[in-house]
Amino acid sequence: MAYDKFNVLRSTAVPLPIENIDTDQLIPARFLKATERVGFGDNLFRDWRYNSDNTPKKDFILNNPVYSGKILVGGKNFGSGSSREHAAWAVYDYGFRCVVSSFFADIFRNNCLNIGVLPVQVSAEFADQIFNAIHADPNTELEVNLAEQTITLLATGEKETFEISPYKKDNMLNGFDDIDYLQSIKPEIEEFAKQLPL
Amino acid sequence: MSKTLFDKVWDTHVVRKIEGGPDVLFIDRHLIHEVTSPVAFLGLKSRGITVLYPERTFATADHNTPTINQHLPVEDPLSANQLKALESNSNEYGISHWGLGHQKNGIVHVVGPEYGITQPGATIVCGDSHTSTHGAFGAIAFGIGTSEVEMVLSTQCIMQPKPKKMRINVNGKLGIGVTPKDVALFIISQLTTSGATGYFVEYAGDVFENMTMEGRMTVCNLSIEMGARGGMIAPDETTIEYVKGREFSPKGEAWDRALAYYKTLKTDADAVFDKELTFNGSTIEPMITYGTNPGMGMGISQDIPDAAHAEGGAETYAKSLNYMGFSEGDHMIGKKVDFVFVGSCTNGRIEDFRAFTSIVKGKQKADDVTVWLVPGSHIVEAQIKEEGLLDILTEAGFTLRQPGCSACLAMNDDKIPAGKYAVSTSNRNFEGRQGPGSRTLLASPLVAAAAAITGVVTDPRTLMETVEENVNELV
Repeated sequence: MAYDKFNVLRSTAVPLPIENIDTDQLIPARFLKATERVGFGDNLFRDWRYNSDNTPKKDFILNNPVYSGKILVGGKNFGSGSSREHAAWAVYDYGFRCVVSSFFADIFRNNCLNIGVLPVQVSAEFADQIFNAIHADPNTELEVNLAEQTITLLATGEKETFEISPYKKDNMLNGFDDIDYLQSIKPEIEEFAKQLPL
Repeated sequence: MSKTLFDKVWDTHVVRKIEGGPDVLFIDRHLIHEVTSPVAFLGLKSRGITVLYPERTFATADHNTPTINQHLPVEDPLSANQLKALESNSNEYGISHWGLGHQKNGIVHVVGPEYGITQPGATIVCGDSHTSTHGAFGAIAFGIGTSEVEMVLSTQCIMQPKPKKMRINVNGKLGIGVTPKDVALFIISQLTTSGATGYFVEYAGDVFENMTMEGRMTVCNLSIEMGARGGMIAPDETTIEYVKGREFSPKGEAWDRALAYYKTLKTDADAVFDKELTFNGSTIEPMITYGTNPGMGMGISQDIPDAAHAEGGAETYAKSLNYMGFSEGDHMIGKKVDFVFVGSCTNGRIEDFRAFTSIVKGKQKADDVTVWLVPGSHIVEAQIKEEGLLDILTEAGFTLRQPGCSACLAMNDDKIPAGKYAVSTSNRNFEGRQGPGSRTLLASPLVAAAAAITGVVTDPRTLMETVEENVNELV
């Protein structure tokens, strides 16, 4: 078992309504030098979060105690750029278990699914509703129900369904990962390899 | 049933299809480097599993390595530790390791093709998004996360849904001063930074057919910058000529078998793509970016667009221009340049240095510009010397550094200082990409050369009266 099971997550959320948030913002390259998966949360959004003298930037949302929660809501095309899984690790390590956006970059989405962070893609309209609701009341709670594939604004009951492949859904509900699966079919893989052209 | 090039290669490598889930895809070649592999090896150890086919994985150190004094110990203890981990992990599992100082060391996407690890019709992955580079050979090549690195090490497979397919056709004669980098930046500017997300791209048309392998690699390298998982170009005589006889290319009977397979690697005439786009190559200008993602590019003679014409929200656009210190309507030509970087897996090959040299030949580096010329590998470095480019560069006031990723992602000491402008031949202009607060203008080696000798953003075509002559002399 590779990560925590994910079932229903009910939490306030941190809004970051900026488009094209790339992996270099999620975690700058100079913080990729660890050989173990520890401490990446400290450097999540490092250069937006801290000044060059390491003092917190007051106007950045993660430094505003009014906003907190296990859900990060980002603008369109979240996670573009590098394949660094460190970006997803930083999101997880900081304490987020779910990222909501109207559009995700491919590799980042995959990396999230592989480490137990649920990427929830919603319509642009619903993303705006969420941003507006949090703007009006930072204590706004969201409920993400993986089994039902729904995300709900609890105050109003407005909800939307989201897509996830049945395989990945099953993995996340049970805390399994792809390596568990691949290990279980290794003989088939070895047989397959014998007939490849290269 | 008719198939695309992508279908043919993908379908050949599907071990198993999972209903309502991904395909189990077999990976022919796996490249690893020091930054994204250590945690994967830790994962193997914690699960008590091992590497299934060590001969299919190749390790090179490139991301955090210094580009001067490579014979000395690496000073930064964290970088040194990562390099040591790559070496010890490779040794422990019997993986070929090309560490710092090794003759074959270099940028993973430069050395892979140079040594014939990259082959047409192969599936190739690496924990690096610019793995798309290898698609130039008609391979399916893309970047993966560290969990997937662990999957490939342990089972030689990853699990991915088959992406949608897009074909991008570019036909026509490219204008003078227009390079493969410009073609790619042009396409990205048209599609935006997320326009190809969810797709695997095939590039087709005479513009790509007429490109060298180096040029095709530049184009495929940048596929990820419009969100595509990868991009590929059907192998032809140019491709086969390139791969034949390289160290890890098939030999003898194996070559004959491989060749028979390579010949099948083209899209059937009536195959269908989910999306198809066509551009006229003759309309493309030398390109430059003005914002903080690679989609924010334009012809160098253009003005920065108004927010009203920009993709993304006005707030995001304003944030981007503010970071760059630019305004809507600004001319790019004439803007001050502090640094020039030529190198990376995008433009760190011999052709790129030939192009750069063709412009600076007989001229002098601008005094107030710092220029870093970083070859992608020792082979490129040797070629620069053998072809006499180094003499010309030295004469013009430039020095050559040693191979590595360098200022492309600034993990080593090659960092652009805060607030400074760099014309860079690399692939990303994200905020802080080349160092905290750095401001990146992505462009071709020709545009980089023009900036290096003038100290400002300059249209290289204005310096090119004698360029064709120079190129001919150099080749």
